[in-house]
Amino acid sequence: MTADATSLTTQAETQTEAHAVEAHGSGGIGNPVLGMLLFIASEVMFFAGLFAAYFTIRANFIDIDGVRRWPPLAYDALLQPFRLFTDSGQLNLIVPATIILILSSVTCQLGVNAIKRGDRTGFLRNFAVTLVLGGTFLLMQAYDYSVLINEGLTMGATTFGTTYFTMTGFHGAHVFGGVLMLGVVAYRGMAGQFSAKHHDMVEATSLYWHFVDIVWIVLFSVIYLLPLLSRKGAL
Amino acid sequence: MATTTLNPAAPAVRSGLYEWLTTTDHKKIGIMYLINSILFFVMGGILALIVRAELAQPGMQFVSESFYNQAFTMHASFMLFLFVIPILAGFGNYVVPLQIGAPDMAFPRINALSFWLLPLGGALMASGFFVSGGAAASGWTEYPPLSGAQFNGTGTDLWIMGLTLIGTSSILGSINFLVTIFKMRAPGMTLFRMPILVWTVLVTSVLVLMATPVLTSALVMLFIDRNYGGHFFDPANGGSAVLYQNVFWFYSHPAVYIMILPAMGIVSEILPVFSRKPLFGYKAFVFATVGIGALGFSVWAHHMFTTGSVFLPFFSLMTFLIAVPTGVKMFNWIATLWRGKLSFDTPLLYATGFLTMFLIGGINGAFSAAVPVDFAIHDTYWVVAHIHYVLFGGSVFAIFGGIYYWFPKMTGRMLGEGLGKIQFVIMFIGFNLTFFPMHQLGLAGMPRRIADYASSTGWSELNLAATIGGFVIAFSLLPFFWNVLVSLRNGKIAGDDPWGANTLEWATSSPPPPYNFDHLPEIRSERPVFDARHGRTSAH
Repeated sequence: MTADATSLTTQAETQTEAHAVEAHGSGGIGNPVLGMLLFIASEVMFFAGLFAAYFTIRANFIDIDGVRRWPPLAYDALLQPFRLFTDSGQLNLIVPATIILILSSVTCQLGVNAIKRGDRTGFLRNFAVTLVLGGTFLLMQAYDYSVLINEGLTMGATTFGTTYFTMTGFHGAHVFGGVLMLGVVAYRGMAGQFSAKHHDMVEATSLYWHFVDIVWIVLFSVIYLLPLLSRKGAL
Repeated sequence: MATTTLNPAAPAVRSGLYEWLTTTDHKKIGIMYLINSILFFVMGGILALIVRAELAQPGMQFVSESFYNQAFTMHASFMLFLFVIPILAGFGNYVVPLQIGAPDMAFPRINALSFWLLPLGGALMASGFFVSGGAAASGWTEYPPLSGAQFNGTGTDLWIMGLTLIGTSSILGSINFLVTIFKMRAPGMTLFRMPILVWTVLVTSVLVLMATPVLTSALVMLFIDRNYGGHFFDPANGGSAVLYQNVFWFYSHPAVYIMILPAMGIVSEILPVFSRKPLFGYKAFVFATVGIGALGFSVWAHHMFTTGSVFLPFFSLMTFLIAVPTGVKMFNWIATLWRGKLSFDTPLLYATGFLTMFLIGGINGAFSAAVPVDFAIHDTYWVVAHIHYVLFGGSVFAIFGGIYYWFPKMTGRMLGEGLGKIQFVIMFIGFNLTFFPMHQLGLAGMPRRIADYASSTGWSELNLAATIGGFVIAFSLLPFFWNVLVSLRNGKIAGDDPWGANTLEWATSSPPPPYNFDHLPEIRSERPVFDARHGRTSAH
């Protein structure tokens, strides 16, 4: 902290200096933020393992009628993302759920920006909204699962069912973990533990939340959008 | 700095059980890692003795085939996941913060969590012995379909759950090491002044961080297949059994570097101290370590040559390439010893044991990378010989060297030299008697993982020799445990720096106080304690 003594300007509370306090040797990125980035790297590898399995299985899949097709014809209508109702008239909430999760990333970032300005109310308000949006996503996913299972898409129904529920399920578990983290951070925020200078945990939590969001965007693209493309081109 | 004002009998050793169970001190956690690992080393060793006893002569004498399968599966699982990997993490835990001049790890409470997941995961795994059907029995690789629900009971599920927890422990530990090494170094401790052990822990942590989650994904897919009707690895329903092998080895090959790199680090700490020379080619050594780590990710399919579904030339070539950075290290170690003023204390004995035995393991490993050779020796005892020359002759010898080297720092007392040398000689003989014959057994065609063989095969004598060797290894541990017990009470008082060493852990009291340092010497090179001892404190 010796260098900071010279910079007693009005901008002393910019975020670049906010982290310099805790570090033992050098300044720079805070320990919790670095730790979270590394944790996210490990999570990326976890999902990479699942995606590797998904694409391997997809590449070798032969449908019941002997045609190479993915997803299987039996579940094709169920997995049309832009149809609001399934054939049996039930709601298809996958696109609304996606929009809600993306919005929650925006509110999460607004919360981080707020605490960086020292605006605790804005931070808490945005994190509360993020928490509610995350919970809503989970409820919608649960509803979506019930629809799919009613229509016959289960864990054991072809390798498509296995990969679908494993990947979206582990994503859902990560959202749940993120909701818990948001809850803890909001609770600590209400106790006044975060400020413009000290908000490493807020930032770390937001990084995790963005990661979970990005995983969903990739999952949604791979499971729902990629088949749209391949349906238009060659099978 | 040569003497510190702190009493060596600081509360570090004398505190009560509660203090140990709730501690976040990296030194206590490191010691608990060591104790827990040695506990599993003993259990895994007993299982190995059961395996060896059964194989001593043709026919089934002591156990059933099904228990035999559990014994070799759990032997490997304990030794790999609950002994070698965690005990090296334990050395890292104890030594790394001291060597970089830090007061503790970056996240002390997560550090405690990483440790406590280990006995929990180990207990889950071991509890398989008490459920109907017994423990996991498909080999430590747990390939489907053999590990499927139709062949194995709850023991395999407990194995999967236990290993997932152990993997989580490793991942959290690796994050902790990386943040500690990048953020907690003392002033003056630049990256290229870090002791080699710290470098190896750094590279190992990257491997753990990138590879272990992939194992977790393999395990959850296996669990889903077994319990929730999934079809990931079920070819009858569109899955792929080779997929499991790919995902599994994507972790488990880097895992052998996770198990050897920190051992190389330990040896690289010991050799310079006991040959009174700096490590030869410090930077080359660092780059070789990074090279092994990077290449380690591109060789996993050499375990799968005979599946017929991997690109043989690529994986063969990459495997041969790893011999290059490993050879650089071998050269550095020998050059460090060359014309050194050698003092053959027990740590150096173990380090030279490592050099010679790991050399054999490395050579027969590179030999196995040749595709035609691999086709001949795949799944024979040759592979068993290779893995033990690398992991026992390599890692375990380094681990015992590390124990003899740092025991004085951890406890304030020296281990007895006489008993240490006796242990080394017996273990060295027992090790070679056990594992060298396995080369010939493999070449003679004896498959691994069999409980019995016909007397007409001609494998009986070599198997008997290996079994005798196994019991000699077990016997060699008796002087070790006796040594530890006696030395804890009556060992010679160590003082701060009994070996005349180079690195910062020797600049504080033995054992170090909480938060490690009262005062740090100036750090101007990778040997700050050497510099301070010889008055070279000015920059040059």
